[in-house]
Amino acid sequence: MSARAVAAGGGSTALRGVVALHLGLLVALPLAALAWKGVSHGPAAFWGYVTQPAAVDALVRTLWTSALVAVVNGVMGTATAWVLVRGRFRGRGILSALVDLPFAIPTLVTGIMLVLLFGPQTALGGWAAAHGVPIAFAAPGIILALLFVTLPLVVRSVEPVLRELDPAEEEAAQTLGAGSLRTFTRVVLPPLLPAIIAGALQTFARAVAEFGSIVVVSGNVPFQTLTAPVQIFGQVESGAPEAAAAVSLVLLAVALALSFATRALRGRHA
Amino acid sequence: MLELRTSEGDEAAEEEGSDRPAGIAATAEAPSPTPPPTSGEGRKRAPVIGAGAPTRVMVPAIVRPPRRRIRWNRIGGMAVTAAVLVYLGLVLVLPLAALVVEAVRAGAGEAVRALAAPEGMSALVNSLLLVGIALAVNGTLGIAGAIVLVRHRFPGRRLLDALVDLPLALSPVMAGLAVLLLFGRSGWLDPLLRPSGIRVAFAFPGMVICTLLVTLPFTIREVGHVLEELGTGDEEAAATLGATPWQTFWRVTLPNVRRGLTFGLTLTAARALGEFGAVLVVGGAISGRTQTATTFIYAAAEERNTAAAYGTAALLAAASMLLLLALQAVRRHTTEVRDGNPG
Repeated sequence: MSARAVAAGGGSTALRGVVALHLGLLVALPLAALAWKGVSHGPAAFWGYVTQPAAVDALVRTLWTSALVAVVNGVMGTATAWVLVRGRFRGRGILSALVDLPFAIPTLVTGIMLVLLFGPQTALGGWAAAHGVPIAFAAPGIILALLFVTLPLVVRSVEPVLRELDPAEEEAAQTLGAGSLRTFTRVVLPPLLPAIIAGALQTFARAVAEFGSIVVVSGNVPFQTLTAPVQIFGQVESGAPEAAAAVSLVLLAVALALSFATRALRGRHA
Repeated sequence: MLELRTSEGDEAAEEEGSDRPAGIAATAEAPSPTPPPTSGEGRKRAPVIGAGAPTRVMVPAIVRPPRRRIRWNRIGGMAVTAAVLVYLGLVLVLPLAALVVEAVRAGAGEAVRALAAPEGMSALVNSLLLVGIALAVNGTLGIAGAIVLVRHRFPGRRLLDALVDLPLALSPVMAGLAVLLLFGRSGWLDPLLRPSGIRVAFAFPGMVICTLLVTLPFTIREVGHVLEELGTGDEEAAATLGATPWQTFWRVTLPNVRRGLTFGLTLTAARALGEFGAVLVVGGAISGRTQTATTFIYAAAEERNTAAAYGTAALLAAASMLLLLALQAVRRHTTEVRDGNPG
């Protein structure tokens, strides 16, 4: 008996209808409205909205901070996964819970935490600002916020693959005389690489979309600390939904391309 | 306290490998609470916490079971572990500690007073209602979506499947804007709703729709993964034994997907409670009416009402921690199940 036969029944068509309606009304319809608003004034208007200096500036800032965070996360996330899987010390359970923390903490609260830690009036923030590197209300604050909210992504992407890896191969490499570093780059890293890249792409997509923490920590100064989602928010608030929708479409295109790439990587090596 | 699992014996092992001829008695680490490791799989299941200091005993190398462990350079392993701990401390723990300290310093009494005021109460009630509705809708329609997308084959299934991931790619602000463009002034559905007098934009229904939009993928995906892993064997058996589809669902499918469902619903609750951008755009954060816990914090911070802002933020963080513990319990259970049934 096939899966289809099991699933098939009198209610099967109705069930599909309910699911299609749910997804259609909740996801497809609002997005169609967004897309329509973005392009309804014609390609020239769309291009005009997207190439406004403030919009371009915000988009560039979003892209470079997200790329940086994806790289840092790729390295530190892999290291964290390695410690969680191969390391053995008391308190590893706590460490694992800690990694999930950003999934649970509201992003707005993340932003508030960072302002409380690195704001100009705080000890740390004041010290950093005095040395010419302001953190809150500047790019470092944005990067720290993005590192916080995306922290679990690479770890949770790499961890299961690392767990499945046969330690015998690593042992064999070392028996044959390879050093730790060589064993890591030649034996451990290659099978992990797709998971690391998938996690990093996911990080990038998540970082590009981030709003709650950045709106608090960045100070939202146009041409200095404004990111694309915050700029979209500003456009909505100031009654320019067309411009907001146009920039949204660009961001959405970036996120979708990344999501397809992630999927392809995961699918190939599943 | 910090002790890599493989560190103690490693040096010994490396020394052995280079200096000692095989067969001569060697110093080995014997982890007392567990039987001697015979394979990587066995080691993996050794207890993590409270493994205690390794006791050194003399064992002839010949009778020793083959050592299947990774001989990570002790210093390298320690360095990586230390780097990770410092990184997590700086990025995660320090900000959290700052929030707790500042919330206490700003005054817990003041925060409680602000939350007990009608505006604070209304914000908390709104947030809890949103969480409740998201759990109910995703608990039912999420399972239905997972079953249809994993088990059914029909034209258009791939399209629906792709739609599920879209909310993950959306910035919260964009989700809010999209809903606003449907229900707001001159929105697509505005002509339909206006005669009935139902307000969606800048009102509670709009916030519900946004919350449902951003939380939609969690249960569908988590339950879907479990369904894919399980296959259809149990369900086919039930059907062969004469169970109706309905009986099969309640007695076989639902119990089987329970842990995926719990995981998905935990993520849903966390997201619904913490959602900010979407409900801010659609609800407008009108004090006493469409404010949620998060937009209440935002407004309080803007008004420099630090006690209310930090206190409520600490409260939300505490609630998130509880959800995190639930998440952790489910994850531990999942890992146990996975370790228990290889493959």
